[in-house]
Amino acid sequence: MASHDAHAPAPLGGSLLTPVTFVLGLLAAIAGVILVYRFIYGLGAVTNINDGFPWGIWIAYDVVVGSAFACGGYALALLAYIFNKGEYHPLVRPALLASLFGYTLAAVSVIFDLGRWWNFWHIFWPGYAQVNSVMFEVAVCISAYVLVMWIEFSPAFLDRLGMGELKKKLSKVLFFFIALGVLLPSMHQSSLGSLLVVFGNQVHPLWQSGWLLPLIYLMTAIMLGFAVVIFEATLSSVGFKRQMETPVLAQLCKIMYGLLIAYLVVRVGDLAVRGAIGSAFSASGEALMFWLEMLCFIVPVIILGSQAARNSAAKLFVGAVLLMLGGMLLRINGFLVGYETGEGWHYFPSFPELMVTVGLIAFEILAYIIIVRKFPVLPATQPATR
Amino acid sequence: MDRRKFFKAAAAGGAALATGATCSPAQARGNKTLPPDAVGLLFDSTLCVGCKACVAACKQANDMPMEFSTEDQLWDTPLDISGKTLNVIKVYKNGKLEAKDREVDGWAFSKKSCLHCVDPSCVSACPVKAMKKDEKTGVVSYDKNACIGCRYCVAACPFGVPRFTYDSPTPQISKCQLCQHRWPEGKYAACAEVCPTGATLFGKVADLKQEITRRKSLKPGTQTLYPRGKLGGPDQSYPGVVAKYIDHVYGEKEIGGTQMLMLSGVSFEKLGYPKLPEVSYASQSETLQHTLYGGLILPLVFLGGLTWVAKRNVKDDEHKEEGKNG
Repeated sequence: MASHDAHAPAPLGGSLLTPVTFVLGLLAAIAGVILVYRFIYGLGAVTNINDGFPWGIWIAYDVVVGSAFACGGYALALLAYIFNKGEYHPLVRPALLASLFGYTLAAVSVIFDLGRWWNFWHIFWPGYAQVNSVMFEVAVCISAYVLVMWIEFSPAFLDRLGMGELKKKLSKVLFFFIALGVLLPSMHQSSLGSLLVVFGNQVHPLWQSGWLLPLIYLMTAIMLGFAVVIFEATLSSVGFKRQMETPVLAQLCKIMYGLLIAYLVVRVGDLAVRGAIGSAFSASGEALMFWLEMLCFIVPVIILGSQAARNSAAKLFVGAVLLMLGGMLLRINGFLVGYETGEGWHYFPSFPELMVTVGLIAFEILAYIIIVRKFPVLPATQPATR
Repeated sequence: MDRRKFFKAAAAGGAALATGATCSPAQARGNKTLPPDAVGLLFDSTLCVGCKACVAACKQANDMPMEFSTEDQLWDTPLDISGKTLNVIKVYKNGKLEAKDREVDGWAFSKKSCLHCVDPSCVSACPVKAMKKDEKTGVVSYDKNACIGCRYCVAACPFGVPRFTYDSPTPQISKCQLCQHRWPEGKYAACAEVCPTGATLFGKVADLKQEITRRKSLKPGTQTLYPRGKLGGPDQSYPGVVAKYIDHVYGEKEIGGTQMLMLSGVSFEKLGYPKLPEVSYASQSETLQHTLYGGLILPLVFLGGLTWVAKRNVKDDEHKEEGKNG
C-alpha cells in the first residue's frame, strides 16, 4: 500500500501565464464586458428571453446544469465520509475545489439573471422570505452550501494565511460541516427538479415527472458528481502531465454504474406508469431530444459494463462525458425544450447570452488552474513517465 | 466498510426517503378555497363586440404606455398582454366568418388578463412575497419593492399572465390587479366600468356565479336584461337577446377555480384558454415541499444521522493516520 505521505496534497507550481490561461482569461473578460452592458441596458439588451421563455440558459445551464456539474465534491464526500470509503480521499480535495468554484459561480451568476438584483437579499430576509416557494429552498440551500464548502476547503489555505490555530480548531468540528455538506446538496439538487412541479402541464409529459422529479434530479446529480470527478481527474492528468488515476476511477465508475442502472429503472418506470412513453415515439423535436438524452445514459450502460472496460482510461472518459451530457440534456429538456407556455413563443440563446455562459465556464477553469498550481490540492505524485 | 454494509446503508437511506414520500396525506394541503367576499370579473364572450374600450380604459387607469404593431404607428395596437399592456381583446375566427359565436365559419371574442386564481401558481412560486393574494378580496397583487425579478411567476402561470419588462435596467412584473388602487375613490375595474355591453362585469364572485346560473337557465333567442358595470352598483341594465352558451364555465374549476369567470358560445380552447386539471399546481408543489421539509423534521433527522456517521468516519481516519505516523 502506498504510504499516506505520497498522497498528501501539494501545490503543482509552474507558470500561470500559458496560451490556455490567456484564452480562458480573454473569454472571461468578454463575458465581463457583456455583463456590464446587461446591467446598464437590461436583460432584453443581451438575451433572447421573453415572456414565453422567461428563463434562458443563464438559469437552465448556468444554475441548474452548472450546479449539478459541481456535485463532484458532494458525491465524493458522500462516498468517503458517509460510506467510509477511505480509498477515495485523494480525490476529495480536487473535487471539492471544482465544486467550490462551480457552486460559487452558479450562485453568483443568479445575480446576472435577476431583473431586480438589488433586492436579492429579500430571499433570506424573514419579512420577505416565502417558505412555500421551491425557489426559496433552492436559494437558501445553495447559498448555505457555498459557505459550507468554503469552510470545508479552508484547511487548504488557512496554513498559508498563517491561521494554523484556527485550522486546528476547525478540524475538531469539521465532521459537522462534512455532514452539512452532504445534507444541503441532497436538498437543493432534488429541489431543482421540484421547481418544475408548479409548471404543471406546461412541461412536456416526457419531463413532467411530478413527485418523482426530486428523486430523478437527485440521482442524476450524484451520478454527474462521479462522472465529473472522472472527467476532471482524466483532464488534469493529461493537462498537468501527471500519472493517470485509472484504478481508483474504475472503482468509482462501478458505483456510478449501479446508480445509472437504478436511475434508468426509475426514469423509464415513471414514464411507463404515467403513460408518457408513447409521446417518445411521435415525430417531434421533443421526442428527438428525449432519445438524444436517453442515448447518453444508455451508451455508458453498454460501454462501461465490464470490469475490463472500466479499467480503460479512454472508455471511462467517454462514459463520463456521455453521462454529463445526459444529465445536462435532462435539465435543458425539462426547463427549455419541453417547456411551453402557449403557442407562438420561441427561444434560442443570443450570441452575447452564450458568451456569458462560455465566459463563466472559462473563468471557472482558469481559477481551478491557478489554485492547484498555488495551493495544496492535488495529491503529490511523480510526473507521468513517457 | 464492506460492500454489504455499503448497500445496507444505501438501502436505509432510500427507505428514509421513501417514507418521506409516502407520509404525504398528513401534509397534503389541497386546493385553497375562495374567500367569501372575493371579487372578480365575468366575461361573457357572446356580449363582447370587440370595441376594445376596455383595453384603452385599462391603459389609462393603470398609466401604461402605448404599444405599436403597425408600420405607421397610428394607434395603440397591442397584440397580446405584455410589460406595457394588462388587458387585450382577441378574436377567434374560422372560415367564412358568417356568424358571431360560432366555431365553424364564425368568430368570437376573448379577453386576456389575469384570472385571479383561487390558488395561484405565481403566489406559490414567488420566493419573496412580491405576489400576494388578498385574504378578503382574493385579488392577486404585485409589489415591485419586494420583487427580485426572478420571473418564476412568469414561468409558473399556466395562463401566461404575469409579464416582465425585459428592456429596462429596472424591470418589473406587470399584471392586472383589478384596479384595486381605484377602489378607495369608489371606482372599480376600469375594463368593466367602460364596457358598453356588459360583456365584462365586475362584482363579488358569489354574485357573478348567480348571474351565470341565471343566464344559463334562459332560453336562447329570448330577451333578457343584461347588467353593465358592477353587479350591485347603480342599475345600467339593457335588454338583449340570449345567446347559446356551451356547457362550460371557464374558471369555475380550472386549477382550483379563478375569480374571472367566462361564458362563451365557442369552446374555450378556441379562445386560447388551456385545458387544465381541477387540482391546483400550487397545492401539488407545496404538498411536495411540506412533505419533505415540513417542520424541518426530515432534514434534521437526516443531518443527525449524517453527523453521527461523519464523526465516526473522520475519527477512524485520524486513528489510522496516527497509527501510521507512530
